[in-house]
Amino acid sequence: MAGKKQEMYDEQLLQLQEIDFVLLELNLYLDTHPGDIQAIQQYNQLAMKRKQMQMEFEAAYGPLLHYGQSYTKYPFQWIESPWPWQV
Amino acid sequence: MWLYEKKLQYPVKVSKCDPMMAKYLMEQYGGADGELSAALRYLNQRYSIPNEVIGLLTDIGTEEFSHLEMIATMIYKLTKDATPEQLKAAGLGEHYVMHDHALYYQNSAGDAFTATYLQAKGDPIADLYEDIAAEEKARATYQWLIDMTDDVDLQDGLKFLREREIVHSQRFREAVEILKVERDKQKFF
Repeated sequence: MAGKKQEMYDEQLLQLQEIDFVLLELNLYLDTHPGDIQAIQQYNQLAMKRKQMQMEFEAAYGPLLHYGQSYTKYPFQWIESPWPWQV
Repeated sequence: MWLYEKKLQYPVKVSKCDPMMAKYLMEQYGGADGELSAALRYLNQRYSIPNEVIGLLTDIGTEEFSHLEMIATMIYKLTKDATPEQLKAAGLGEHYVMHDHALYYQNSAGDAFTATYLQAKGDPIADLYEDIAAEEKARATYQWLIDMTDDVDLQDGLKFLREREIVHSQRFREAVEILKVERDKQKFF
């Protein structure tokens, strides 16, 4: 990956990391505040948005998850570089 | 990063309270060739291994955590109703004094888990041979564990785990061959 594509990748990856962090924080909050209806609405809205973002990211750069939790093109894309510690 | 899935990889059933068997199973929980050891070994080797086998180490290393959870479930179910007297009779008196009914990363002899169980040599062939040996040792341990109990429900879960060791060993052997082909390729610059 280089140039424009690398820039797009970095940007979309950062957006995923950001929404995932919000969802993780809401999750921890809800673990101890299970009755907060507003937090639950926010959690479910973001969870839906996250699914959409994952679909778009994977279509462009390959699977995020293994064990059949993401689709793959031929040949098996899961084993392709880069790995997280290589970008 | 990692996600948790709220289910076991394979159903774990036990048909009786058996703290003695739980003690033996700790070998696969916090022992040298146990599941924690395996998970940490493979996931740690990924950073220095050639790209061709990073996916395999990631996938098998992650599966080992699912196995760790299955072993924990077995130990939990085998000991949850045991009285202190029953634990003492099973050789878990010291465990009860230190941990009550809590699980702990130790082997069947009560020795705490240690990173010295793991190897990371940085040499891909050396590391993969280490992994094959670890899988074969774990397979043998599962066989001895199956031999130690007449609980068919417990045996069923242990047999699944024994088969997984065989599959992992075979995949690691194939990984060695993939790296050999890569190594022997003529390269011109």
